[in-house]
Amino acid sequence: MELTRRDFLKLSAGSVVAVLGARLFSVPGFNSLLAASLVETPIIWLQSGACTGCSVSLLNTVNPYINNVLVDEVIPGNHLSLRFHPNVMAAAGEGAMKVMNDTAQNKGGFVLIAEGAFSTKDGGVYCEIGEENGQGITALEHLIRLGSNAKAVIAVGTCATYGGIPAAKPNPTGCKSVQDVFSAESITTPVINISGCPAHPDWIVGTVATILIGGLGAVELDREGRPTAFYRELIHDICPRRQYYDVGKFANKPSEPYCLYALGCKGPVTHADCPIRRWNNGVNWCIGCNHPCIGCTEPDFPDKKSPFFQKAGSTGVAAANRIVEDIGLGVGVATAAGIATHLGMTAASGRLKKKQSKEGQS
Amino acid sequence: MAKIVIDPLTRIEGHLKIEAVVEDGVVKEARSSGMLFRGLEIILKGRDPRDAPQITSRICGVCPTSHCVASTLCLDDAFGITDKIPKNGRILRNLIQGANYIQSHILHFYHLAALDFVDVTKVADYAGKEPALVSVKNFISRALNENDMYMLAPFYPRYEGDYRLSAEENQMAVAHYVAALEARRTAHELSAIFSGLMPHQKSILPGGATENVTVSKIANFMWQLEQLRYFIDNVYIPDVITVGKAYPDYLSIGSGCGRYLSYGVFVLDVAGAGLAQPRFLASGTTSIDTLQYASLDAAQIAEDVLHSRYSSPSGLHPSEGQTEPAPFKPEAYSWVKSPRYKGDVYEVGPLARLLVNYVQQNSVVCSAVDSMMSELGLAPADLAGTLGRHVTRAIEAKLIADEMAKWVLELEPDAPTYVEYELPSNAKGAGLWEGPRGALGHWITIKDGKIGNYQCVVPTTWNASPRDDKEQPGPIEQAIEGTKIKDEENPFEIVRIVRSFDPCLACAIHLLTPKRTELGRFKVC
Repeated sequence: MELTRRDFLKLSAGSVVAVLGARLFSVPGFNSLLAASLVETPIIWLQSGACTGCSVSLLNTVNPYINNVLVDEVIPGNHLSLRFHPNVMAAAGEGAMKVMNDTAQNKGGFVLIAEGAFSTKDGGVYCEIGEENGQGITALEHLIRLGSNAKAVIAVGTCATYGGIPAAKPNPTGCKSVQDVFSAESITTPVINISGCPAHPDWIVGTVATILIGGLGAVELDREGRPTAFYRELIHDICPRRQYYDVGKFANKPSEPYCLYALGCKGPVTHADCPIRRWNNGVNWCIGCNHPCIGCTEPDFPDKKSPFFQKAGSTGVAAANRIVEDIGLGVGVATAAGIATHLGMTAASGRLKKKQSKEGQS
Repeated sequence: MAKIVIDPLTRIEGHLKIEAVVEDGVVKEARSSGMLFRGLEIILKGRDPRDAPQITSRICGVCPTSHCVASTLCLDDAFGITDKIPKNGRILRNLIQGANYIQSHILHFYHLAALDFVDVTKVADYAGKEPALVSVKNFISRALNENDMYMLAPFYPRYEGDYRLSAEENQMAVAHYVAALEARRTAHELSAIFSGLMPHQKSILPGGATENVTVSKIANFMWQLEQLRYFIDNVYIPDVITVGKAYPDYLSIGSGCGRYLSYGVFVLDVAGAGLAQPRFLASGTTSIDTLQYASLDAAQIAEDVLHSRYSSPSGLHPSEGQTEPAPFKPEAYSWVKSPRYKGDVYEVGPLARLLVNYVQQNSVVCSAVDSMMSELGLAPADLAGTLGRHVTRAIEAKLIADEMAKWVLELEPDAPTYVEYELPSNAKGAGLWEGPRGALGHWITIKDGKIGNYQCVVPTTWNASPRDDKEQPGPIEQAIEGTKIKDEENPFEIVRIVRSFDPCLACAIHLLTPKRTELGRFKVC
């Protein structure tokens, strides 16, 4: 079997890294596509206004397992060298900061992964990492310095990609996403957004693997800067409970295993492949446990995705037609028209209307 | 006199700086500073109360379940449905929380703490065929061949010197480091069976839980739990004993304030309210000197702010708590408030929980603690230091995993997990719970159907608190002060002590040290 570069991209993009971890190694010709000697890709993992949930989520990666990611060739011929990660690294204090600084000096020679939002209020004093001459260094300063020198930045999690919960109203610490900081500072280093609260480990590892195999250009991004491989679809469109929506079978209270739209499910306004990928080695996922999707992969999470238990389109909550507009701009008018027609027809058919008016009375 | 500054103090959750003034080789004064503030309590104001469990889960990605449950209990209380939660809902919450404890304790010992005791480089001499060790050996060889020690990241650089395990013990420990990565992942998968996903589980909300109970889910849960029980009994606990025997001086190094507090965790019966509910690990207080039980009166908790950067009044009960930042308050040196109980300093966490339950003669706890003590040739009064925290954490992992195996069989397939309720316009609630790291309290005031006020007092706020209004240092500060530092360039003692508390700085969300100010910094001679 001959494997073209295009096939690689399809494999890494369309499916789990399991494919890369297991099947590709036995594909004849695979190794010849890669450099003979081992390529080290130094990684600096910068944690700012974060809960560490995305780091913990990455530990849940399966095929490759996290120990493979740390010490093995994650892709044949390629080793990720996790130089700086505050939760994992042996070093502390000055020793840790020295590694970060030494690694960062090699312009274009490392990848920066950012987790958490970046406080900008009061010069970013709300998050500091390490100190220099007795003065704390803000996470914002680190991002600007490291981000300018990095080959690329992977923003992991909705805080780093769009601000997320720390940037929610009233945004007490002036939190910004990586991209917004870069725009303000005129930094042109490419940014890839892996949103999610938390980000799925496959989304992180799959994106890194795609870069290692095909280079940065191999990662196709949507208009929110996310790899289309993982964020192309609306959860609603690929939801296994979609059939319930289509026939108007809605859960009336949490714990009912039907369509959760009436309980506030944000699946119709949220892009991610959770329904088919599922979480934690495929064990389950949010809607799978009868809990509404809270829209955690979207730029307007959480403010326009809440109240979490109010229907999309109700007061203060983003409506589906906004997403239809987005799609119209992003992937073509025909698709958008199709979705608009679908939503319109569903509403017109009275199934949703009935539900809404019923709730309006109560 | 010298000052040791460790910033960032890694392998904990969040951003922490430790400063220690050392005189004649002994720490004279220690201060801990959290370096991150997000203001989640401020963000919660004005939102739908039902959003609190999901938003507060984002306080911490290591222990989101604890916040989710504390917040949910807080809302159950405010909605007046604490005693109406269906049996299945109560058990599902316990199982999801229990899985998080197992995950957190294993992660803490192997992936956060162990590198202070284990020498990874000893795997370079490994001659066997264990795949995980061969992998690590190759990894080390590559770095040696290239003569680039940074290729050993993230296991290098590190503090050098005090690694005491034999080559064989080190190799075994590294193999277990890798096995523990799988075990903690399995614990998340265990949780996800009923919680949808980890981190940031769903399912748990006021009224009960959302996931349905089926026979196949019960069987699935039992099987995965069995694997974890095997790991805890045959790997985790023996490894803690191995480390304990190699580092016996750490029994006394890191002794803290000697007073312990627990709110209790794992509801066994929904009858009653709050602390009156029977819990597997009960609430109470005790001290290492007396080992006498005293009941907990939650009304006696107050937060001092003399040395915290707040202009709000000192000594408020958290239900009335205020968060008014005052970055330039002259006498302040931390953004952690100082929670105190009856005016005294209390340590929280697995050590506190087990001692509080040991002195209450909880038979399950006593038998597990006694058997571990006889293995180590110790008495419970020896547990106050660094090793005591690791030992009790491991025992607790076993106790909880063993109980979960019973709880899962008490689930009733297809019976309700959730009860409906009316949303009140105005109400107050409290949720007192225990996260893996200790006593966790959430307090809510609902006004006009929205969150009027929300306050959290988290475990690390207790443990990493600064000096209070009476100038009493917090538990971590007390544990470091008086410690003899053998090598100031490689201050193993400090990081081992701090990490034994398993600090979670993202949790201690009041924390902040403003930049470019000398206020509250050390005056070094």
